[in-house]
This record gives sequence, C-alpha cells and structure tokens, in this order.
Amino acid sequence: MSQFQKKVELVRTEVLARDVVRLTFDAPDIAAAALPGQFVMIQIVPGQDPLLRRPFSIHQTSSDGSLQILFKVVGRGTKLLAEVKAGEQLSLLGPLGKGFVLGDPDKACLVGGGMGIAPMLFLASRFCRQTQPVQAPTVILGARNRQELEPLLAGFQNLGLEVLAATDDGSLGHHGLVTDVLKGLSLAPGFTVYSCGPRPMMAAINHLCLQEKISCQVSVETVMACGMGACLGCAVPLKAGGYAHACSDGPVFESGDLLWSL
Amino acid sequence: MEPVIVKKDEVDLRVAIGTLELKNPVMTASGTFGYGREFESFVDLPRLGAVVVKGISLTPRSGNPPPRIVETACGMLNAIGLENVGVDRFISEKMPYLSALGVPVVVNILGESVEEYSRIAERLADVAGVAAIEVNISCPNVKKGGVAFGADPKMAAAVTAAVKQSCQVPVIVKLSPNVTDVTLMARAVQSAGADGVSLINTLIGMAIDLRSRRPSLANVIGGLSGPAIKPVALRMVYQVAQAVTIPIIGIGGITSAEDAMEFMLAGASAVQVGTANFVNPRASEDVVDGIANYVREQNLDSVRDLIGALLLG
Ligand SMILES: Cc1cc2nc3c(=O)[nH]c(=O)nc-3n(C[C@H](O)[C@H](O)[C@H](O)COP(=O)(O)OP(=O)(O)OC[C@H]3O[C@@H](n4cnc5c(N)ncnc54)[C@H](O)[C@@H]3O)c2cc1C
Ligand SMILES: Cc1cc2nc3c(=O)[nH]c(=O)nc-3n(C[C@H](O)[C@H](O)[C@H](O)COP(=O)(O)O)c2cc1C
Ligand code: FES
Repeated sequence: MSQFQKKVELVRTEVLARDVVRLTFDAPDIAAAALPGQFVMIQIVPGQDPLLRRPFSIHQTSSDGSLQILFKVVGRGTKLLAEVKAGEQLSLLGPLGKGFVLGDPDKACLVGGGMGIAPMLFLASRFCRQTQPVQAPTVILGARNRQELEPLLAGFQNLGLEVLAATDDGSLGHHGLVTDVLKGLSLAPGFTVYSCGPRPMMAAINHLCLQEKISCQVSVETVMACGMGACLGCAVPLKAGGYAHACSDGPVFESGDLLWSL
Repeated sequence: MEPVIVKKDEVDLRVAIGTLELKNPVMTASGTFGYGREFESFVDLPRLGAVVVKGISLTPRSGNPPPRIVETACGMLNAIGLENVGVDRFISEKMPYLSALGVPVVVNILGESVEEYSRIAERLADVAGVAAIEVNISCPNVKKGGVAFGADPKMAAAVTAAVKQSCQVPVIVKLSPNVTDVTLMARAVQSAGADGVSLINTLIGMAIDLRSRRPSLANVIGGLSGPAIKPVALRMVYQVAQAVTIPIIGIGGITSAEDAMEFMLAGASAVQVGTANFVNPRASEDVVDGIANYVREQNLDSVRDLIGALLLG
C-alpha cells in the first residue's frame, strides 16, 4: 500500500458551474498509485485555521501525472480551496481508503448524483481501459439542473460512453431521480451497481438492489480528521451492529453491509 | 543515566521517565496515532521516543454514534467513545508488529472500575515490547456514579496504586485538565507511586450547528484538542512541575519542535504529539528532527538541559 504526503502544484482551476470547481494537480506519485473510489486529503492552508485537511474523491488521473478533483463549495474550506491560484503548492495526502472492486464492464452500472459524480469518471475510465468499447458500462448521472450536469458529461462522452441523465428540474434528460432511470433498466442479476451521491439517493439504490438481488457498492461520506484510520472519527454504522471506518474500511462499501435507516 | 560518548555530529536526545529510558523525548499521543502501523508510510517508527497507542479496555468497545468529530477554531472536538479492540486482540493482533520494530510501546489503558484497570495492567505486564503503561483517568467510574477518576484525588490515587501493583513496567498517569486544581491530582498520583504524569488530556467542550439547531457531536459534548489548547496545557505543565518531583510528559497542541521545547522549558521531560498527526502524519518525526537541530545549533550538551530551564524574573 503506497501512500504519499506531497506538496504538489495546482496546475489549473476550472469553474464548471456555479460553486462547482475542478482542480488539476501535478501529483505523479499519488496519481500512479490511485484506484477508483480512493480519495485524497488536502491541506487547504498551511496555517492552523482551518486546521484539518478536507477529503475529496479522485475524479480523474492521467498518465502525465496529473490528478483531478471535482467539488462543490459548501463551506469555509472549499471556498478557500476554490480561491487557490494556479502555480501554488498544496499538500496532498493519498491515495487513501479502499476503492471500488471492479467486475465485468458489461455487467456494471455506474450511478452518480451531484458531486458523487466525481469518483464515477475515474471508475468509468478504468472500466473502459480494461476491455473493448463494446463492453462498456452503463452510466447514469443526476444533478439538480442542466447547468450543473452538462459540464460533467464530457469526460464520460470522451471515453465513448453514453450517459443516461436525470435532473431534478427536467432541464436535461429524465425529469426526476437517477433511481427512476435505474429502475427502468431492469438490470439482470449478476449486474453490479456502483454508486456515489447524496445519502437518500444511495439508500434508495440500496433498497432497489436488495429487491432485485443485484450487488451494489457505494462510496460514503463522513466527517474525517485523519483519513488514514488513526482518529476513528469517521464511524459508519453497520447493519450487523458496531461501526466501520469510512476512511480505512471504505469509503466504498457493499451497500447491504451498512445501516441505512438512521 | 549512564554517561555515553556522543559523537560530534550526533546529539544527545535521551530522556528518562522513571526507569523508562527513551532515545528522544518525542512520543505520539494516545488516540491520535492508531496502533502505530497506520503511519508506517509516513514515519520511520523506530526513530520515535515511543509510540503511545489508542486507549485499550478490558473488552472491545465499539464507540459512540457519529458524528464523532467536529472542527473548531485551530482545533477539533472529539467524542470517539474510546473505541478499541480490547486488550486481548491488542496483544495478539497489534503488539507483534510494534515489538518487531523495536520501538518502545506505551499502552494507554482505560477502565470503568479500579479492578478493570488492574486486570488490563496484569494482562499487559509480561507482553514483549510493552515499555510502560499510561493510565487514562479521564474515564467515568461507573461504580462511583460516573464521576471521572481524574476528577477525584482519592480515586486517581486508588487507580494508580492498583495498576502499580499489577505490573513491573513504569506507570504514567495521564491527567485530565477538567479539574479545578491539577496539582492536587498530580500530587495524589505521585504519592500513590506513579513513575510519571502526562498532561493534558482533552478539555471538555461543545459545538452547535446553528442551521440544524443541533449539537455538532452526537454525544453533545466532546474533548477539545489541537493548537487551540496549547496555552492551557503549557500552564498546567508549568504548575505541575512546581508541585511534583516525578517526570512530566507535556501534551496539548504540539505541532512543531518549537512547541515541544516550550513544554520542556515549562518542566516536561518528554512530549506527545497528538492532533498534529492528523494534519501532518509525519509531525512526530518532524519534531524529533527539529529538536535535534536546535540542540546542535545551540551547542547544548543534551536535550535534558532544556527541562525546566524556563527563565523567570
Ligand atoms: C471520502 C470523501 C470523499 C469526498 N469527495 C468529495 C468530492 O469529490 N467532491 C465534493 O464536493 N465533496 C466531497 N466530499 C465532501 C467534502 O469533503 C466536504 O464537502 C468538505 O470537506 C467541506 O469542507 P468545508 O470546509 O467547505 O465545509 P465545512 O465548513 O466543514 O462545512 C460546511 C457545510 O458542509 C457540510 N459538510 C461538511 N462536510 C461534509 C461532507 N463530508 N459531506 C457533506 N456535507 C458536508 C457541513 O455539514 C456544513 O453544513 C468528500 C467527503 C469524503 C469523506
Ligand atoms: C481523536 C482523539 C482520540 C483520543 N483518544 C484518546 C485515548 O484513547 N486515550 C487518551 O488518554 N487520550 C486520548 N486523546 C487525547 C490525546 O491523547 C491528547 O491528550 C489530546 O488530544 C491533547 O493533545 P493534542 O492537542 O496534541 O491533540 C484523544 C484525542 C483525540 C483528538
Ligand atoms: S478519518 Fe480518522 S479514522 Fe477515519
């Protein structure tokens, strides 16, 4: 397990939609070791306020050593991160956590909602890399509206993938939830759903997959202090009782192992 | 300590906590360094003075419901609920790795009764690699209505004496700052036979999320740690240094060698790096490097010259 703590250069900041930002870092060590579903912890400022690093899924890596994250500005840390200028150095820790377990691409359905789309591109690109394009995974992406979703589609389309879109306001694709689209596909047993998004979305997908007897992997979010199994702050309640740790046992879990009704 | 001839470019960083001799004064704080192995990619563990592991109880504990942590100004609150694998699994699963590395291991222990503390100490007494026991007395005594052991000098002394009787290794008692007069507690555990005291544990605090009108932690209250608590910790170390003769381990908001050496000037023989490990997993080793540089640059005979060397007046 190679993990690195590196000062890396921010190469590019792109504002894709209101409050949605994509950052590209030159981080060859972390990029080379990364697997889909893993994340990095980023130190936002060198000082002590905000003190803790912030976790972000790895959105995309490339063979030139670059690593991307995709995030929404929701608070102080993400606001400051969006303001960092290209050329500045930031400390990244990663790759962290256990990622998705990849099965057959033609029996894979990727479902991303909102910023949960971030890890899905990396996952999709690994699926496409390992096989012929004819065996492409199914991709369903959802967001609030066209403005938020449209800029995120290109990455998937560049891989030659067709994306089934859903928006809350119907401005792009299906008017409604990604779960409606998933339901409409009537996936056969043997399929695996890979999902990341808001908790209610993943709970609904878990419910659907249980009914259809389809296996389902989800990437969950919790607050995190260390990201590496040391603080035990990232507890995720398990169906069998007790807790797992999102940063070290996850963030990707078999959805059936988790307790969804909180 | 035996005089040794120190090579010119090497510096003498050795310190002692009772019979526990450390190659340098830098340890990791319990609960912030897992069981050590989590940091193997970032820290050359044998370079540390000692590794203090997550608090261990007699039986496994699953901890509190989430959210367990929340960031605060220059610090964080935690209510982990003392989640740990329990003493048996600790010995069989976690100790072999650490003892093979040869880094001294200080096992932090917690219990809900005096008997529980001594039973854990008995289990650890002969385990290879266990260099010392650190007794976390910030836990509630269930038999005494849940009052923390660390808030009552008599109970703190009783736990200390019981643990001392149960093992041969040095016993360090970790003091809670959530008391009116920390020196009373320090004196009480010294009289009961403690080989050293470590302080401070976290300060009890609280955070509220205005948007949801809820406490930020499921447990409502939690322990404050990080740079925010350093001034309080320094003051308590200084006061305890005036009150007892046993060695002191300074803890609280240490992120750099400078912080660590301030604690030594206030009277600490050694230090523990806690929350800083979360931000910079290499923090503990960076502190070792920084202290070595300082001792070299200042031409000190040894790092021990710093202990209690605060200039007053
Ligand atoms: C493994 C992992 C991967 C993640 N990947 C991404 C990603 O790819 N893109 C992305 O945009 N975000 C991602 N997040 C969430 C991201 O870490 C948080 O949004 C960020 O830490 C918030 O920092 P802040 O200082 O801006 O917000 P804070 O000031 O800390 O909080 C502001 C508000 O945001 C909420 N918030 C804080 N943390 C989270 C969280 N983890 N999830 C949801 N709401 C939160 C708080 O409750 C609060 O209301 C991920 C989280 C985890 C654990
Ligand atoms: C997440 C977390 C877990 C902790 N767990 C323990 C523990 O199990 N036993 C203990 O004695 N102290 C525990 N502590 C307290 C630390 O060891 C230390 O005393 C305190 O955090 C102050 O130091 P710092 O400011 O450098 O973190 C914990 C602290 C944190 C932040
Ligand atoms: S974030 Fe610290 S253990 Fe998971």
